[in-house]
Amino acid sequence: MRFIDEYRDPEAARQYAEALAKITTRPWTIMEVCGGQTHAIIKFGVDTLLPPQITLLHGPGCPVCVTPVELIDRAIELAARPDVIFTSFGDMLRVPGSRTDLLSVKAGGGDVRMVYSPLDALKIARLNPDKQVVFFAVGFETTAPANAMAVYQARQLGIKNFSILVSHVLVPPAIEAILSAPDCRVSGFLAAGHVCAVVGFEEYYPLAAKYRVPFVVTGFEPLDILQGVYMVVKQLEEGRAEVENQYSRTVRREGNVPAQALLREVFQVTHRKWRGIGEIPHSGLALRPEFAAYDAEQRFGLAGPGVEEDTECISGLVLQGVKKPHECPAFGTRCTPERPLGATMVSSEGACAAYYRYRRRELFSDPA
Amino acid sequence: MCLAVPGRILDISGDDPIMRTGRVDFGGVVKEVNLAYVPEAQAGEYVIVHAGFAISTLDEAEASKVFEYLREIGDLDELEVGDDAVY
Repeated sequence: MRFIDEYRDPEAARQYAEALAKITTRPWTIMEVCGGQTHAIIKFGVDTLLPPQITLLHGPGCPVCVTPVELIDRAIELAARPDVIFTSFGDMLRVPGSRTDLLSVKAGGGDVRMVYSPLDALKIARLNPDKQVVFFAVGFETTAPANAMAVYQARQLGIKNFSILVSHVLVPPAIEAILSAPDCRVSGFLAAGHVCAVVGFEEYYPLAAKYRVPFVVTGFEPLDILQGVYMVVKQLEEGRAEVENQYSRTVRREGNVPAQALLREVFQVTHRKWRGIGEIPHSGLALRPEFAAYDAEQRFGLAGPGVEEDTECISGLVLQGVKKPHECPAFGTRCTPERPLGATMVSSEGACAAYYRYRRRELFSDPA
Repeated sequence: MCLAVPGRILDISGDDPIMRTGRVDFGGVVKEVNLAYVPEAQAGEYVIVHAGFAISTLDEAEASKVFEYLREIGDLDELEVGDDAVY
C-alpha cells in the first residue's frame, strides 16, 4: 500500500542502522510510549538492527494494558445485564478482570459486540431502542476524538439509550511520571506519532527543558522508527535536549485543531489510575458535567472502591521500563496470550504479547 | 490501539460538518470514514484514519523526508570521512 510499503524498505533500513552505529559512542536508553511502535519494533526486529549500546524500553503505551482492573470489572458487570448491549474494540474482550473477562460473559449469553468505531456502537443504539447500548471508551489522545464525536452525535441526534464507560488516558503525564521517578533510566523518548497528530507536540517542550531529555515525534513503520532513534541519539551525542518531528507527513506542531475543540467540549482532564502503575494526577479524561447523561458509570450507578490485584504479574515494572517481559518468571510458562496473568500479555500491542509472539523461540533457546 | 492507516478519499458526502463522510480506499478495501476533523481534505487526497475517523491529512510533500534525511546524513558522512563513505 502507498505510504506504508516504502517505509519498510530493507536497504534503507540497513543504511539507517549503519549511520546510527557511526554516531553512537556511548550507551543510551530510549523509550517509546506507544503499543503500535512496540509491536512494530519487535515484529520487524528494529531493535536487532541497532548498535549494542542502544537499549529500547517499551513504556506504558498500550491503553488496553493500563486500564485498571476495577474498570474491567465494571464493564463485565454491565455486559452481563440482560438490558445491555455492550460494545468494545476487540482487544478489550480478553483482558482479565479480577474474576473473568468480557469474552467469557459473551460465551455465557451476554450481548457483547466488537466494533471498529464508536459510531458503529451509536448505530447499534439507533437500531435497538429497547436496549441500553454501552461503548467501552478506552484509549489515548488518538482515540478520544472518535469517542467525543460519538457522544456529541448522540446528543445532537437525541439518542438516549447510548452511554460510554470512560477509561481515557493521556500520554504526557505518564511520561512525566516516568521521568520524575528516582530510578529513571530513560535518556530520550520517541513520542507517539498518532497521539501527536491529534494534540500536537507543544506539551513536550517544557518536559524536554525540565528533564533535559530529547523527544522525537515518530511514526510507526520501521524506517520511521529507525530515523526517530537516529534523531534522538544524535541529540544525545551532541548534548542537546530538544523536541523534533520525524513524522512530519502526518503530524503538525499544533495537532488537529477541530478535534481538540470537540475534545474540550465533551471531556475534561481528571486523575486516572493506571493498571500496574497507580494513580497519575491529571492523566486522563472524563465526560464534562454537561454530558453526564452519557456516562455509563453514572447511568448505572457503578462507581465504587477499587480492588487490589493479587497476582505474580510484573506488568507494572514492564510498563515503566524497569523490567523486560522475559525477565518475568511467569513469561511463556504460567502466562501466555491464551492464559494471560496481566494485560501486557493480552493486547497484541502489549510488550509481553509482542515478545511472546515474535521472540519466544530465541528467548527460550538462549540461556542468557 | 493507536493504529491509524493512510487511505485515499474517493468521494465526500454530508453537508452537516459533524456528519461529513467520505469513502476512503485502503489499497482496494473501501470504507466509510468520518471527515469532520479534516474539513480541508478533498477527494483524491490521503488521510490518516483511526477508529472510523480521519485524524490528519497526509502531507505528500513531507512523505519523502525519511529518504531525504537518509541521503543528507550519507552526504555529511562522505564529507567527513572521505572515501570511507556509505555509498
